[in-house]
Amino acid sequence: MTATSPSSRSPATVRFEPHDFAQAVASRTGTAGLGQTGGRVGAGGRFAGLFGSARDDGSVLLRAAIARYGGLEIVTTLVPAVPGGGQASYGALTPAVPAAAWYERELADLFDIFPEGHPRVDPLVLPRGNAPAPRPGRTGPGPLERIVPDETALPAHVAGEGVFTLPYGPVRSGVFESVQYLVETPGEDIPHLRARVYHKHRGLECRFQGMGPDDGVLLAERVEGVASVAHAIAFCQAVEALAGGNDAEKGAGAPEAALYVRTLHAELERVVNHLDSTARHTEAAGQAVAYARLTWHKERLMRLRGKLCGHRFGRGVVVPGGVSGPLALSPVAALRELADLEADVRADTDLLMSTSSFVDRLRGTGVLVPDMAASRGALGPVGRASGLEEDLRTYRPYAAYGLVQVPEPRYRSSGDALARQLVRLEEIWGAFELCRQALEDLSGRPADGPWAGRAELADGEAWGWAEAPQGEVLYLVETEGGRLRRVKPRSASFHNLSLFPEVFGGDIFTDFAFIEASFGLSMAGVAG
Amino acid sequence: MPWVTRGLRNGILTSRYPARPDGYHDNWQGSVVVGPAQPGTPAAAIAARCPTGAISAGEGETATPALDQGKCILCGRCVLEGPGTFSFAPSPEVARRSRAGLVVPPTEETEAAVASARADLARRVRALGRSVHVRHVDAGSDGSDEWEVAALLGPIYDVHRLGIFFTASPRHADLLLVTGAGSAGMVRPLSVTYDAMPEPRVVVAVGTDAISGGLVSPSYASSGGVCDVVPVDVWVPGSPPSPFSILHGILLAIGRLPSGRVGR
Repeated sequence: MTATSPSSRSPATVRFEPHDFAQAVASRTGTAGLGQTGGRVGAGGRFAGLFGSARDDGSVLLRAAIARYGGLEIVTTLVPAVPGGGQASYGALTPAVPAAAWYERELADLFDIFPEGHPRVDPLVLPRGNAPAPRPGRTGPGPLERIVPDETALPAHVAGEGVFTLPYGPVRSGVFESVQYLVETPGEDIPHLRARVYHKHRGLECRFQGMGPDDGVLLAERVEGVASVAHAIAFCQAVEALAGGNDAEKGAGAPEAALYVRTLHAELERVVNHLDSTARHTEAAGQAVAYARLTWHKERLMRLRGKLCGHRFGRGVVVPGGVSGPLALSPVAALRELADLEADVRADTDLLMSTSSFVDRLRGTGVLVPDMAASRGALGPVGRASGLEEDLRTYRPYAAYGLVQVPEPRYRSSGDALARQLVRLEEIWGAFELCRQALEDLSGRPADGPWAGRAELADGEAWGWAEAPQGEVLYLVETEGGRLRRVKPRSASFHNLSLFPEVFGGDIFTDFAFIEASFGLSMAGVAG
Repeated sequence: MPWVTRGLRNGILTSRYPARPDGYHDNWQGSVVVGPAQPGTPAAAIAARCPTGAISAGEGETATPALDQGKCILCGRCVLEGPGTFSFAPSPEVARRSRAGLVVPPTEETEAAVASARADLARRVRALGRSVHVRHVDAGSDGSDEWEVAALLGPIYDVHRLGIFFTASPRHADLLLVTGAGSAGMVRPLSVTYDAMPEPRVVVAVGTDAISGGLVSPSYASSGGVCDVVPVDVWVPGSPPSPFSILHGILLAIGRLPSGRVGR
């Protein structure tokens, strides 16, 4: 049942009755995890997400995505509506597949279906209160009424003498995205922490419904604004698969030159995100000069991206079928600027990593144990710092990653903030190398294109993915009559934030900023 | 010790804006403007294709279309399909002191509205003097606006040189910088933050999402902009606006732009 082609966007699916669903998913994921050190293709796949889609008859189609080397496998079930209304239920995955915990909470919020046997069905993306479930995918009733959150609810989980709950956020000191951390503490240690993410929930999944693919990609770019390019690529690959382009191997319909442009922008996005994470580390450590220099390099990269396409976040570049046009800056000039930048970044990060007052703050801080990372399927640099080697650019190549020489992924296994920092630095050098390869290829191509193919959108469903700087971005796209019926973006931030509370063993308040920066997540992508 | 010499290595990187011209500033395309309707430009069809409904075609073939920059997310589709009529304007100075001032081309009513908003704002900010403390609140942004706001604290823009400081406590803040479309969960935290600020206080809405909800509204979970929650004084369009646009908005709000470039 595993999809055979590495680029298949419409993987084989197997369907089960609701009472067999949890069993079927659990038997396919196992506990070994995918890509753990020592073996690429383990017995089990990696649980990559649980996706719901409401049908007009009130039932909810659940799809569990299981990632394997080379492809996705989809396991589905249909949760029927309860006759006469009322809350439908199904057997929860979480007891056997712990990584599903947040997905099932999100499904309970959005679709009002109850996972029986789930240890804690707290609201996640919708605030506490009795708002009606929006049920994305349903084409039935018109606009929902605005939700009104209950601000007074403050649940506690740890009991003990002198333990109190400290709500940190949603308005925090500094320029941050809004999120609330509930820290239960006796004073200095952080024995228990939970993240409440509903503050930023924007209802994007319902917003996609009824859009054409041209507008859909613009919204996909705004799901997680700092990873616009990765989201646009993942969305467009799903759309292109549905459009049945002529070359399934390379992402249907997109010309080869367009694939190189996508790769270039995706890698620049990676560099700038990793620089941002590093700069936040230096800010937390009080390294004023390092902070100033890294933010300078980051601004230079943002300006270079602006010069290449007219937008500092690379928006408008990736369109269904290809890219919007040639680079606005000659590849030769871009190569020169990148070489200068790389030299400067390298000089400053070399000095930074030999500054003991900086490195000591990261070493041993916020340890994500490799076993935990493997069983929960940690994504991106967070996973690669805890012994996992999966990287979609080599595991399930997309864009031009099958055409260029992707540097071998470098993983570490100590799982602390220092390991995550070192992995990010390795990825910065790899990204510069990939930018160089893409630009060298583009310098030999004519500027007049073609840059995009076009094809009619067929009805159906397809999957798209990309390795964002935060990790795997996964898109489920369903279409009907040439328009989007259901789009579910799953950012790496969503998956990894559920691991965030697990790394605070023995850490104290002053470690918080380092641990948060080393995860490098965007709350916009979590709340949806 | 090596960091001392490292800090001196590249000299002064900071922009002199707004006192002196800045090469990057002057070439940044921060908004779409509307020229006279060109014969053969299908204005109505272009208006229908705008993803956020920012364009209204006007009556008749030759009428000049109107574009609401407060809804525009700068996707450039209209510029591509109606060149001549729609074009990018090479300036990041896009902030305005009234919502109506974001509609181009301007009408006489907008001029009147802008004049009254300007007088009201000038009266309030007089007490702030030359040191202004800013509190930022994310009310449901896509995450990119925060990067552009944070860039103001880096060495290139370095707003400290202009007496602008970011503060953690709303009790110390004179100016509230709001990003995001006003998600339902942030409505109360935002209004609590605003209420905690002492008078006189100024609100700057940063980004098209904050002004009108942009592409993410209408939705069950977000407002059509933050003006439903807090009284906005200055509007900075962009998706996201560039750091220079945000800086222009702040300077416009506190009346610190050099004379001659007061903006609308």
